[in-house]
Amino acid sequence: MIEQTQISTPIIQAEKLVKQFGQTEVVSAIDINVSKGQCFGILGPNGAGKTTTIRMMLGQSPISDGQLTIFGLQQPQNAAEIRYRCGVVPQQDNLDPDFTVSENLKIYARYFGMDSTQIERRIEQLLGFVELTDKANTRIDSLSGGMKRRLSIARALINNPELLILDEPTTGLDPQVRHMIWARLRQLKKYGKTILLTTHYLEEAERLCDMLVIMDKGRIIAQGSPKQLILEYVEPHVFEIRAHVKSLSEKIGSLANTSMEIIGDSTYVYTAEQNSVIALLQSEPELEYYHRPGNLEDVFLKLTGRELRD
Amino acid sequence: MGPSLLINFGEPFLYLLGLGFGLGQFVGDINGVPYLVFLASGMVAFSATNTASFEALYSVFTRMVPQRTYEAMLATPLTVDDIVAGEMLWCATKSLISGTAILVVAALLGAVSSFSAVLVIPILFLTGLCFSGLALMMTAVSRSYDFFNYYMTLFITPMFLFCGVFYPIETLPDFLEPVARNLPLAHTIELTRPLIAGGTIDNPLLHLLALSLFALVGYYIAVVLIRRRLII
Repeated sequence: MIEQTQISTPIIQAEKLVKQFGQTEVVSAIDINVSKGQCFGILGPNGAGKTTTIRMMLGQSPISDGQLTIFGLQQPQNAAEIRYRCGVVPQQDNLDPDFTVSENLKIYARYFGMDSTQIERRIEQLLGFVELTDKANTRIDSLSGGMKRRLSIARALINNPELLILDEPTTGLDPQVRHMIWARLRQLKKYGKTILLTTHYLEEAERLCDMLVIMDKGRIIAQGSPKQLILEYVEPHVFEIRAHVKSLSEKIGSLANTSMEIIGDSTYVYTAEQNSVIALLQSEPELEYYHRPGNLEDVFLKLTGRELRD
Repeated sequence: MGPSLLINFGEPFLYLLGLGFGLGQFVGDINGVPYLVFLASGMVAFSATNTASFEALYSVFTRMVPQRTYEAMLATPLTVDDIVAGEMLWCATKSLISGTAILVVAALLGAVSSFSAVLVIPILFLTGLCFSGLALMMTAVSRSYDFFNYYMTLFITPMFLFCGVFYPIETLPDFLEPVARNLPLAHTIELTRPLIAGGTIDNPLLHLLALSLFALVGYYIAVVLIRRRLII
């Protein structure tokens, strides 16, 4: 974990931010603080209020209550000025199918009032950055999902934003593209960009985020760095056993610092006493099990429960 | 490009040929103007009307809903006001192009009697602003493309038939005439007809003001409605 010694400049400050649709509260008095240069994650199941929170930050959704300041500017009074300094990768691609790859970037640059010579250079750089140089004159329809995502990222960077906001940037992409996008995001962080991303891929958050909040039903239910959260909420070792053997369960259940959960045909053991558990498991040689360190997914499931969301 | 050219230029062109030459043989002159000339001066106006309406209904809906283009634009410093203004200017530009194309064809067919016809070009632009503003109010609240059939059948088609494209408005029964006279297409034709067929325009300022008013009211209401739809 990187300790930040210098005094951090706040980029996003949300205080008791609320969003209501009629009687339903979709964001309930959340506090968020993002400092300059941080990669900040908002995690949560579908319907947790992540996208609505982002929309409020961009002035695309009126704030029902609370305070929201970005770059020290009050939202929504300074919405256009704030958007001028942000880059946004939306959850669903909204590239313009009437244009080619480079035309998409060109028109977007015009929305930020950039001039032509500046635009040409920037487009060349960005297409190189997302490895789409040879697709410059391709129309959007013939791009793969991964290429569209990469182009969306290039588009979000056209105005050289201070804050990059990504709403589920790697949903539905294959592992190659995901890893490439992660590498690019880490690179951007090195350049000093502040990144805010929502995701429900826990490994993504674990790899990229310095700090994160877990949201559920409009509330923030936990926050910290990935490591802090894992330390705080789950045991360091997890065993997934593909069976439940009653006698064994009883023995494991009686160990200290150990909890157990039965889901479907599997038993999950969370423990700090890994050696005792291994010894017990080895007494049943035909038992199939998988031993791994506790991760953010365990934290997430522990906090948001296992019932399905849609 | 092809389909849009066909509906915006091809259709009025076919009316001009079919009715101008065919029906023109039987009608002869209207108020001392050969029927082809009379019809051309109305068809130029209708071409601008139709072009702006189609663009502001179908194409705008496509950009706003399935393509999510506005969502992308609203992540930049642009606001809904900017987007609606941009759409109206684009619709009006298309109206100018298609209306001018009909005007040129009419001139080649000998259906333009006066050089003052070049003044029609800015009027086509204003007509485009007027009809795009009106259509955008519909698009703003529409849930699907089907909804536009109401607008086209209950508003645009009656104007096409009753606002003086094919015959003088005075011909209408007394109860209908004042209604037809106040519809926007009638104002456009009051301007284009004398400019193309010769003669003087009665109350030019009134017609220009009426078209501008429709455009402004349409713009304002469309902005409010689209904002309500997208900024939630």
